[in-house]
Amino acid sequence: MYSLRRFASRHSRAYETVYNASSPIILSTLRVINKLVGERLNTPITWLEAKVKGVLFDCKMCGNCVLSSTGMTCPMNCPKTIRNGPCGGVRENGNCEVNADMKCVWVDAWDGAQKMQHSREIELIQFAPNQQHQGSSAWIRLSKESANIKLQDIELEVKP
Amino acid sequence: MNAELEFHPPVDNPGSPLPENDSHVSQGRFEQVLRAGHFAVTSEIAPPDSADADQVYQRAQLFDGACDAINATDGSGANCHMSSVAVCALLSHVGYSPILQISCRDKNRIAIQGDVLGAAAMGVCNVLALTGDDVSAGDHPEAKPVFDLDSISLLSTIRIMRDESRFLSGRKLDKAPKVFAGSTINPFVPPIENRVRQLQKKINAGAEFIQTQYCFDMPALKSMMQQAVDLGLTERAFILAGVGTLASANTARWLRTNVPGVHIPDHIIERLEGAKNQKAEGQKICVELMQECKQIEGISGVHVMAYRQEKYVAEIVKESGVLDGRKPWAPGY
Repeated sequence: MYSLRRFASRHSRAYETVYNASSPIILSTLRVINKLVGERLNTPITWLEAKVKGVLFDCKMCGNCVLSSTGMTCPMNCPKTIRNGPCGGVRENGNCEVNADMKCVWVDAWDGAQKMQHSREIELIQFAPNQQHQGSSAWIRLSKESANIKLQDIELEVKP
Repeated sequence: MNAELEFHPPVDNPGSPLPENDSHVSQGRFEQVLRAGHFAVTSEIAPPDSADADQVYQRAQLFDGACDAINATDGSGANCHMSSVAVCALLSHVGYSPILQISCRDKNRIAIQGDVLGAAAMGVCNVLALTGDDVSAGDHPEAKPVFDLDSISLLSTIRIMRDESRFLSGRKLDKAPKVFAGSTINPFVPPIENRVRQLQKKINAGAEFIQTQYCFDMPALKSMMQQAVDLGLTERAFILAGVGTLASANTARWLRTNVPGVHIPDHIIERLEGAKNQKAEGQKICVELMQECKQIEGISGVHVMAYRQEKYVAEIVKESGVLDGRKPWAPGY
């Protein structure tokens, strides 16, 4: 929902605190579930993730979630799906060049990022999403990876 | 391979690459001019709606002796024209130094990497990475927008291909595309306070030169340039300020309202309106802007955008004196 997702950008600091507190719990719970029942619950987990993040952030389930690095603003709502925005076409009032009634996703993202503890994470280069992950759960994928989702170095190498 | 079958470009072809230089990433003249510390001038060619190569050459000829490099736009404004790869190949063959614009709107990462290799094989030494306008802005609004990459991912891609000699997939290239990579920045639209960070991100991703959107608001440009100098960005990339000629006050108003990202302050429009000959006044403004840009710390050149007024570019550049008497290479010189 448009108003709720803009609320998230405005209150990015609070969302960041909740995210930092909850993500280790969510990810370790998912690891336990995976150990107990394997992949049998993946469909309902993915459904739940889509519902929760859909309401809060207008999540598009790209499966490559970067919310905590983009000011708690989902970049997939940008009509050009830019992952390192904004583009140069932002209107003088800060609205989107394509959809004049919508605030530029990246104007919100940079505003949101300034309020966060890890305010410089937005300066990390986000390579274009892996399209194979479209529609899949970023939670499950992250729980399987080494669970290392800490702030990376600003000078990090780009890994497509 | 049989030695007789090997392809050797003719030695006296002006389009042949310059000798390799370890401190340069490409073998192109544009990079050479910038690295030598000259104030560079670039302009852009509107690819024709035609299958006629002569039209490309006629349009390029207008810039002879005035421009160090010519951008070939890639479906600008999401309108269909001859491809930028083809325009650049044609121009490279006769010795021009074209800048291949690549927009992420129409091609995915497979097509784009293929184009970068193909263009480099045809002698193209400069690439400008753009996200591109949305399809809704152009003459084919019913088309499917691609946007698989964005400009920063594209810059990373070019750098990986050039410096690591591989595709994104990891597959090795036999010969890496030695291209000078660039991108754009618009210092005049929100979030203005963070635009310099966006510029830094592009440079971190691999941009070695930057061409800006139209600069009519000098105080705003100076403010961003000061921040860029403070962050050391002008040491890492060459920044070319975009300047343009406005044919009339009405054109200026139309551009401001209809072209995304174009910022023209009221005082410029008032000045055009008050002039007897608005076209001449527009050119005078352009000359003054170029001279002013040259004085700004960190600016390495200007990019002259003169859509449908290309024939005045050479005159404007000469009038401004920004080349300091230097004559950029052109066929026949």
